[in-house]
Amino acid sequence: MKKIAAAPYQLWMAIFVIVPLFIVAYFAFTTDSGAFTLENIIKTADYAPIFARSIGFAALATVICLIIAYPLAYIIANMSKNVQSTMIMIVMLPMWMNFLLRTYAWQTIIGNNGIINNLLSMVGIEPIKMLNTSGAVILGMVYDYIPFMILPLYTVMAKIDKSIMEAAGDLGCNGFQSILKVTIPLSMPGIISGITMVFVPAISTFIISKMLGGSSNLLIGDLIEMQFLGTSYNPNLGAGISFVLMVIILIVMAFINLIDKSDQEEKVII
Amino acid sequence: MDTAFIQLKNITKTFETDKGVLNGIDLDILQKQFVTLLGPSGCGKTTTLRIIGGFETPTKGKVYMNGKDITNLPPYLRNVNTVFQKYALFPHLNVYENIAFGLKIKGVSKEEIKTRVTGMLDMINLSGREKCSINALSGGQQQRVAIARSLVTRPEVLLLDEPLGALDLKLRKGMQLELKNIQKKLGITFVYVTHDQEEALTMSDRIVVMNGGVIQQSGTPVDIYNEPVNAFVADFIGESNIMDGIMTKDFEVEIFGKKFECVDKDFGENTPVDVVIRPEDVRIVSSADAKICGVVESVIFKGVHYEMTVRADGFNWLVHSTKAAEVGTKAGLEFDPYDIQIMYKTPKSL
Ligand SMILES: Nc1ncnc2c1ncn2[C@@H]1O[C@H](COP(=O)(O)OP(=O)(O)OP(=O)(O)O)[C@@H](O)[C@H]1O
Ligand SMILES: [Mg+2]
Repeated sequence: MKKIAAAPYQLWMAIFVIVPLFIVAYFAFTTDSGAFTLENIIKTADYAPIFARSIGFAALATVICLIIAYPLAYIIANMSKNVQSTMIMIVMLPMWMNFLLRTYAWQTIIGNNGIINNLLSMVGIEPIKMLNTSGAVILGMVYDYIPFMILPLYTVMAKIDKSIMEAAGDLGCNGFQSILKVTIPLSMPGIISGITMVFVPAISTFIISKMLGGSSNLLIGDLIEMQFLGTSYNPNLGAGISFVLMVIILIVMAFINLIDKSDQEEKVII
Repeated sequence: MDTAFIQLKNITKTFETDKGVLNGIDLDILQKQFVTLLGPSGCGKTTTLRIIGGFETPTKGKVYMNGKDITNLPPYLRNVNTVFQKYALFPHLNVYENIAFGLKIKGVSKEEIKTRVTGMLDMINLSGREKCSINALSGGQQQRVAIARSLVTRPEVLLLDEPLGALDLKLRKGMQLELKNIQKKLGITFVYVTHDQEEALTMSDRIVVMNGGVIQQSGTPVDIYNEPVNAFVADFIGESNIMDGIMTKDFEVEIFGKKFECVDKDFGENTPVDVVIRPEDVRIVSSADAKICGVVESVIFKGVHYEMTVRADGFNWLVHSTKAAEVGTKAGLEFDPYDIQIMYKTPKSL
């Protein structure tokens, strides 16, 4: 019975997930005439600095998201039930707006003639270059993806039984110790999925860097885009870069999950 | 006479919208006593316990421990531990770590933790299960881990909120004895919440009967059972025949228009009262000799005794006896003066 019910989903997965993966792999390992080659993979090494920048930016944005989102999710999860849903709606509100529009808005805020610099010049401060810097790209990533960090954290924290927190206090934990010893370990699944949901889109984004980073902050996403839609048309190389990126993401995710696992293993050993 | 160890002084608690959940609780708890808060659901037992534990602050009134005002002291600064109604074990820790948790927070050395946790595991019969995940334990085992976790830090007071509620009858009886033994052995003050009157009677040094956020009566199990101060307590503790009566004068009460000798006085003349007679104090005699005559309506075998109802003067008398009467036969009812409990009509709090 279960098997039959699952069949359509398995078919869906096969057609729209597995097959495309193979197509990407096929292009990555062939020349434009269809012959097998490792050229595309080897060539991605030339773009190592761009890979490094993408990983660095995405990691930094993820960490900033976590630092902002964790206390926020904790505070929301400890509000009264009806306030909670309102707060979550406010968190989600920006997501109802188009992604491009949201990012574009930042151009007008931080641009050289943008709102902030206008205000600064009013009080006589020289304009600050904010747009087209790496800071602007990271700001854009944090702003665009932070709801994906808050939501899983909030979901996990809201499920932690209040009496478990009370038990921690009862056994001598002050507020800080309770968070360290109980809230953080119990919200680990939320932290992991939050990291995944921010890091993965951030590492492969191209719009944000394009709109806020100028020409000097090229990311892997931009690079791939150029191979398919841009001037340097080369789908095989694009697929090669995509393939490498995928492997990098897989390795990073496996590593993060490993941290979570070892955490649990340690618990059993002690 | 010991002085009070924990004192609740005129505690009132109101939640936002509700009317008072606790309405002026005054309670003195002595050191090393097993005190039980007993009452129907929603009477404020848990709230009282949470105020002692520091999880709620009273709207009005003060809590003292060892003479010190602890009303606004947070839980982690109180030498009081709690066994929660739903155990509240830490799901990310195994059995050993759950029990060791409080000791680790207090910075006890590793060797000391090991000795004490091992001792506790021994006591709760879970030796060899230290690495078990909490979810792999049965309800009774989780219960025992929760108790061990609270006891291992050697608190002066242990608060227990219906800790045996989820267990089956047999296990519950066993745990009742175990808890009582632990309490005696460790000499810790226990404040125990239950709505099971039998449990309260077996375990407690002192029972506090609550209703509607007010203490109805507080005393030893024997006192509470034999001398309930009002009809509510009489009805809640054990089974009773509770009827309207009139205290005609000292040592005489009128029930169903018949006068009986009793041992109470100072109620004034012709005062309406509640009269309580325990079913085991009522005897069935031949109807010719008795002031109260009725017909046996039902006989149920209860193991040690028979439980019978006798309908007389429009009232169903509950009678416990080792001898069965026959259904449908006439029966006279008799009781002794000192088995008649007289109490004021309006519930009067102590
Ligand atoms: N946090 C709260 N907010 C609002 N009302 C509450 C709160 N906690 C308890 N109450 C109310 O206070 C009353 C007493 O609750 P309490 O939990 O003390 O009862 P209890 O005697 O422990 O009952 P039970 O035997 O069912 O556990 C109830 O009517 C309950 O609805
Ligand atoms: Mg309760």
